[in-house]
Amino acid sequence: MSSVRPAPDAGPPRAPAPVRPARSRPRPLRLGRGDRLFLTVIVGVPLLALLVFVWLPALASIGLSFTTWDGIEPGDIQWVGLDNYREIFTNYPPFWPAVQHNVVWLLFTALLPTPFGIFLAYHLDRKIRFTRFYQTAVFLPMVLSLAVVGFIWEIIYNPDNGLLNGVLNGVAPGHHIDWLGDPDLNLWAVLIASAWRHTGYIMILYLAGLKGFDPALKEAASLDGANGRQTFLKVVFPALKPVNIIILVVTVMESLRAFDIVYVLGGGVGSKPGMELLSLLITDNIIGESSHIGYGSALAVVLLLVSLVAIGTFLAQTFRKEDQ
Amino acid sequence: MTATVTPPAAGPRTRRAPLPDAGPARPRRQTGRHVLLGSIAFLWLVPLLWAVYTSLRPYSDTSRHGYLSLPHSLGFENFGDAWNQSGMPHFFWNSVLITVPAVLGTLLFSAAVAFFVSRFDFRFNVVLLMLFTAGNLLPAQVLITPLYRLYLLIPLPGWMSDSFLLYNSVWGIIVIHIAYQCGFCTFVLSNYMRTIPKEITEAALVDGAPVWRQFFQIALPLCRPAFAALATLESIWIYNDFFWSLALIETGDKRPITSALANLQGQYFTNPNLIAAGALMTAIPTLLVYFALQRQFISGLTIGSGK
Repeated sequence: MSSVRPAPDAGPPRAPAPVRPARSRPRPLRLGRGDRLFLTVIVGVPLLALLVFVWLPALASIGLSFTTWDGIEPGDIQWVGLDNYREIFTNYPPFWPAVQHNVVWLLFTALLPTPFGIFLAYHLDRKIRFTRFYQTAVFLPMVLSLAVVGFIWEIIYNPDNGLLNGVLNGVAPGHHIDWLGDPDLNLWAVLIASAWRHTGYIMILYLAGLKGFDPALKEAASLDGANGRQTFLKVVFPALKPVNIIILVVTVMESLRAFDIVYVLGGGVGSKPGMELLSLLITDNIIGESSHIGYGSALAVVLLLVSLVAIGTFLAQTFRKEDQ
Repeated sequence: MTATVTPPAAGPRTRRAPLPDAGPARPRRQTGRHVLLGSIAFLWLVPLLWAVYTSLRPYSDTSRHGYLSLPHSLGFENFGDAWNQSGMPHFFWNSVLITVPAVLGTLLFSAAVAFFVSRFDFRFNVVLLMLFTAGNLLPAQVLITPLYRLYLLIPLPGWMSDSFLLYNSVWGIIVIHIAYQCGFCTFVLSNYMRTIPKEITEAALVDGAPVWRQFFQIALPLCRPAFAALATLESIWIYNDFFWSLALIETGDKRPITSALANLQGQYFTNPNLIAAGALMTAIPTLLVYFALQRQFISGLTIGSGK
């Protein structure tokens, strides 16, 4: 696309020379030397940072996924083609559980905390008293760092002196459930903690969307005899498509990237039985004691490809209007 | 807004208690809603309140009577001890050194890019915006290995980093936060700036104001609500980050408070009350930011995301 731009002096899109292409819009705009320099600097610096520190590493990761490397001497990098991928898919025991857990994570988040956040936003979007208190209470977990969140749930889930087992024992003695150690339970325990944070995030995003919503549409719906639920489902929800897309992307990306909370609740030692996730396997292979960079990168590329589907959907939806 | 939505059945019908005696319709509906929202809010606060309760009790009390017991004494000793014993002031300072420049840099740079893509009609604007937005959506684990190697290759002068490298320096953490977070802010700010009438900057242009004055004196002040919302979110995210500092900082004493807390947990794991106090104290700065900017928070997000 940038080839349309007749800018002889500028190389890659790093230095966007503000020479206007004659075809774009009729509004005449002459930019002086100083203006052009200013724009080049203020856009060029962040763009350079983005390309060098985000996109270059992303591309390099794809390259590394076809190699084997211990991560120490760059000279030791050896090309192995698709071997890493073959290994991952056929001969790497934690891979499929991790994929499965990521899917569970996504379904859980999409079906419980996300609609619940929307439900809360719907009820908070009216002039009732204490609304700020309710908002704050539900949003508060988002403000806490994951280390803090991890710690808080640790003292709830602790099998010996945690709140949960304590309460259960009060009701019916004899419980000793290792919430975070039992491979059948720990994923769900972590999902509850994650939902505790995610709900507030969705609530705030949706509340922002609802506040910007045109009240005349709702008024028209209620004049037509729609009740509250009908108005929401048939009028408000469809009209808030941009917010819905953002929420969808946030939900998908957060589910794919889920890392910190599992890392912290798993004791900070990478993946644990029952809690394997792609992000943790990558970290295991890359930062762990025995580095398998190629392997970890191949896992990262798998995660990247899945993420790109979400990113692509989002960008296509968002930029369709502007790209004309 | 409320006046428009008062058809008979606007509430959560299933959850409302079936009160037998008829009262005035409206207050009853609101009561049901308050009961519902109040119990949810309380449920959401339980884990936090539990941590506060734990942190207020001395370790000797809980070890004798168990955590699930009534207090025999409450006090702030744990907070004092955590503050003094774990070097928290030092790690707080590290977090400030990272968060403040990173948030300011992210906001300034993304405002510049947003200003550019929303005020000028270049063909590659959409590509530029996509590049930034998509960059923010890449999983951090995908970047980490090459980024680590890259950080080992970039030299810094000794006054900036005692490792003489971008690796193991706060600068490296600041840079990756800015590069990574710019995407989200650019996206929100460009939507926001598009709602500012073009006539405003055009009038300035006619008056002969150079672009830098349009940017600093017109665009930036008009974006204040969006800045408030983004400053809240970005402060929370950057202050709370621990992946980058875990991977890109080698020495423990340079790490920010969030990743230092993990060390603390290993060191003092025998005393959860102390760690509870330490953990809660690390949350204070983000809480202050949230409460300070809360009023503008939602209204600032509105135009950005709801457009």
